[in-house]
Amino acid sequence: MIAIVDYGCGNLYSLQCSLNFLNLETVVTNDPEIIKSADKIILPGVGAFGDAVKLLNNSGLAEVVKKEAAKGKYILGICLGMQLLFEKSFEYGEHTGLGLIKGEVCPLSDDIKSDIKIPHMGWNSLCINDITDPIFKYTKNGDYVYYVHSFYAKNCDEALLAYSDYEVTVPGLVKNKNVYGAQFHPEKSGDVGLNLLKAFAELEDN
Amino acid sequence: MLAKRIIPCLDVRNGRVVKGVNFDGIKDVSSPIDLAKFYNQSGADELVFYDITASYENRSLFTDVLKTVASEIFIPLTVGGGINTLEDFDRVLKCGADKVSVNSGAIKNPALIGEAAKKYGDQCVVLSMDIKRVDGKFHIFSTGGRVDTGIDALQWAVNGEQSGAGELVVNSIDTDGVKNGFDLELLAEIQSRVKIPVIASGGAGKKEDFLELFKAGVADAGLAASVFHFKEINIKELKEYLKANEIEMRV
Repeated sequence: MIAIVDYGCGNLYSLQCSLNFLNLETVVTNDPEIIKSADKIILPGVGAFGDAVKLLNNSGLAEVVKKEAAKGKYILGICLGMQLLFEKSFEYGEHTGLGLIKGEVCPLSDDIKSDIKIPHMGWNSLCINDITDPIFKYTKNGDYVYYVHSFYAKNCDEALLAYSDYEVTVPGLVKNKNVYGAQFHPEKSGDVGLNLLKAFAELEDN
Repeated sequence: MLAKRIIPCLDVRNGRVVKGVNFDGIKDVSSPIDLAKFYNQSGADELVFYDITASYENRSLFTDVLKTVASEIFIPLTVGGGINTLEDFDRVLKCGADKVSVNSGAIKNPALIGEAAKKYGDQCVVLSMDIKRVDGKFHIFSTGGRVDTGIDALQWAVNGEQSGAGELVVNSIDTDGVKNGFDLELLAEIQSRVKIPVIASGGAGKKEDFLELFKAGVADAGLAASVFHFKEINIKELKEYLKANEIEMRV
């Protein structure tokens, strides 16, 4: 069973639909006990980093996710949920993240110098650094995924599994051991996205 | 790099698609779900559902359709038609919409864009504009393009971006239905004034019109309805054609 952590940030309807479509058992929950008993955890999120991390901390769910990560449970952060996995974010101020992946989250506008558009919104192709990673079991280099974001992860080279080019290198998929993060929305990336979710669900404990 | 998007628009009335002809492999062309699946398989990058249901009572038919589509098709879904309040945003977002398009609702209450952007995020709010030339100026038209509001369209687009719209749909009444290409002049005027993505609508009649649009660099996406519904253009072939002509496409 996959626990989708519901901490009050964003619409989980599509994500749950996509997992149901793959015949995966899911539960949308904020109950620490259910999260602890789940095989895998998905940390979703849309909105502002500061608000989200506050909600996660105040509800105690940040600690739960960190403990489960330390036990080796597979975790997938999506979009803002991916950004929350990093050490800190500079989205309207400075905020401390969960620190499960080395790196920080910064505004795209700091580094994009040309007049290309922000947010980075639409379909972009994935350049895969390590195709041998089991998350790419059903994915090809160059497959397109759907992004919507104005902030991006930086200084996370060690964790960089795949990226997209948008004047800057936009980390698409990152990983630290059992903790994965996707900046794009797999639940909105058509078959490519479904294949990534399927591969995540099939990850097996070492 | 980011791909240019091809977006079919489906008009839905009382839970059924309003126009369409037979497609190979679809039994019921007026079923929004069957048609959405067909477009998804053809490589549509996004789907727009426009609710033209006349009566309030039949609104639930539309949200039922939306729910079913969202449970089977996993690409971005935009919903428009009858969006006048934050409650309307809420109603369609809960049923699986990713973006909500406002048109007359923003003319009646310009604050709606800002309020929705604050509550749901900029990326969620699409400002759709019906524009027509009047005495050499671009005006915003309301009520399905029938009423001249007198509002300057170029300024309206800028105001929309400043209020928090995450995307603009520019529908040219002058080129709509003519099938002689998008309104490149209007699109260039808008594109030069905003940083948010611009979706071109109105005027597509053949594949070359989309190539001309993207070569001109005046839009991030091309939207059309009838040319797709009446099979005058096949989305898969269109995207392959554009890619062969060096337009970045998800194929």
